[in-house]
Amino acid sequence: MTAIAKDPIIEFAGVTKRFGALTVLDDFNFQVERGEKVTLIGPSGSGKSTVLRILMTLEPFQEGRLTLAGMSYHEANGSGPFRASDRHLRQIRSHVGMVFQSFNLFPHMSVLRNVVEAPLRVLGLPRGEAECRAVDLLAMVGLADKKDHFPSQLSGGQQQRVAIARALAMRPRVLLFDEPTSALDPQLVGEVLSVIRGLASEHDLTMLLVTHEMRFAREVSDRVCFFDKGRICEQGEPERIFSAPEQARTREFLASVLG
Amino acid sequence: MYGFEWDTTTPLTYATSILPIVMIGLTVTLQAAAAGFAIALTLGLVFALMRRNRIRAVSWTTALVVEFLRDTPLLVQLFFLYYVLPDYGITLPAFLTGAIALGLQYSAYTSEVYRGGIEAVARGQWEAATALNLTRFQTYRDIVVPQIVPRILPAMGNYLVAMIKETPVLSVVTVLEMMGLANMIGERTFEYLVPLTLVGLIFLLLTLICSAGLHRLQKIMPKAGIPLR
Repeated sequence: MTAIAKDPIIEFAGVTKRFGALTVLDDFNFQVERGEKVTLIGPSGSGKSTVLRILMTLEPFQEGRLTLAGMSYHEANGSGPFRASDRHLRQIRSHVGMVFQSFNLFPHMSVLRNVVEAPLRVLGLPRGEAECRAVDLLAMVGLADKKDHFPSQLSGGQQQRVAIARALAMRPRVLLFDEPTSALDPQLVGEVLSVIRGLASEHDLTMLLVTHEMRFAREVSDRVCFFDKGRICEQGEPERIFSAPEQARTREFLASVLG
Repeated sequence: MYGFEWDTTTPLTYATSILPIVMIGLTVTLQAAAAGFAIALTLGLVFALMRRNRIRAVSWTTALVVEFLRDTPLLVQLFFLYYVLPDYGITLPAFLTGAIALGLQYSAYTSEVYRGGIEAVARGQWEAATALNLTRFQTYRDIVVPQIVPRILPAMGNYLVAMIKETPVLSVVTVLEMMGLANMIGERTFEYLVPLTLVGLIFLLLTLICSAGLHRLQKIMPKAGIPLR
């Protein structure tokens, strides 16, 4: 496989993930460079979302090695399904943020509180400073005027933009997008994509994006990885993947989604 | 009794003359129910959280304790606390014993209500909390508990009403609550009808007020949970 990163922030080495008898990731090897924007595409059940969920410590994995910014996900004397202490997992999470398909905003919290909750509690920022930053982030996603609304009063697109602001408020080095537009009505997809597009121009932020928006993937990513059956079947620059895929499976998949 | 006189000439004069004593009993009843329910709400949450503990020894022991509390009669627990604990050097005032017994038994019920509520919180909420690096405690305090309140309110209200109706049991350990006092008045006058009817009506009024209050609370409580700004 090509594209060996020089200074990888994420490194999967022989990672195997099983759900019972089902192998979701099979001896998976994958590296992401600092600041790189990588899109993961492929049929559902091919393991792309699992890659993000493992990175976010939402799922443990059984075999192999994973490091983020030099930190291993397993501790030498770690226990439990994650083979690491809570303290260690929290340290890893402090570098990673995630945007979910179904937004997962806290429904009982105002938009502003959704964004300041973790900076207040986890980073321990003073309330004034946390709110100031939250308002800036909400302005960036075009929702400064909605800060006192509750999630149920917002459209899906607006909710997802709040969720992006909420994730950014923790200043992650790696931001994961798990099908961020799949739950949205078609006319609301654009507003979310344009926010993500804006983030893609940030040099330091590493982005991993699972999406079915092929045109968008082509436009924002440095690299596209095509997943099939728990492995990366083909990867490369978006232009090449979309215009001249080498693998038959990639061609079939692209033909089916691009119509 | 307690410096009060009563007049049994007609049911009405009888009722009005014993009303002041019954009211003293009512305050004890209300205090016992309030203290018992506060214990049940707090301890029930603690039990529910301990049952979800990842350490098996903790969750299983808690399950055992909850099951025991739920499956033994309140009266047995009450006598145990009142008569057996002093043998081990723990002597509590009658009122406190009663409130604790009520609280313990009902904490077994409320812990099940909490558990159901916690399990109904969407998985995405937990995942978002994890992704934001909130601790388990912060997740429960800020995300989970505020969201389960509207869902558990009806069941908790039922238990409050049930508990109020069970406070007469405390009279067996010498707590002078409303029902016990009515019974004492009856013993002295050999006229049970009026005091017992009066107490029954007060209980009815009490539970009706509670139900109406809870109904109102359910209406004003946002479906999404206790709002945080």
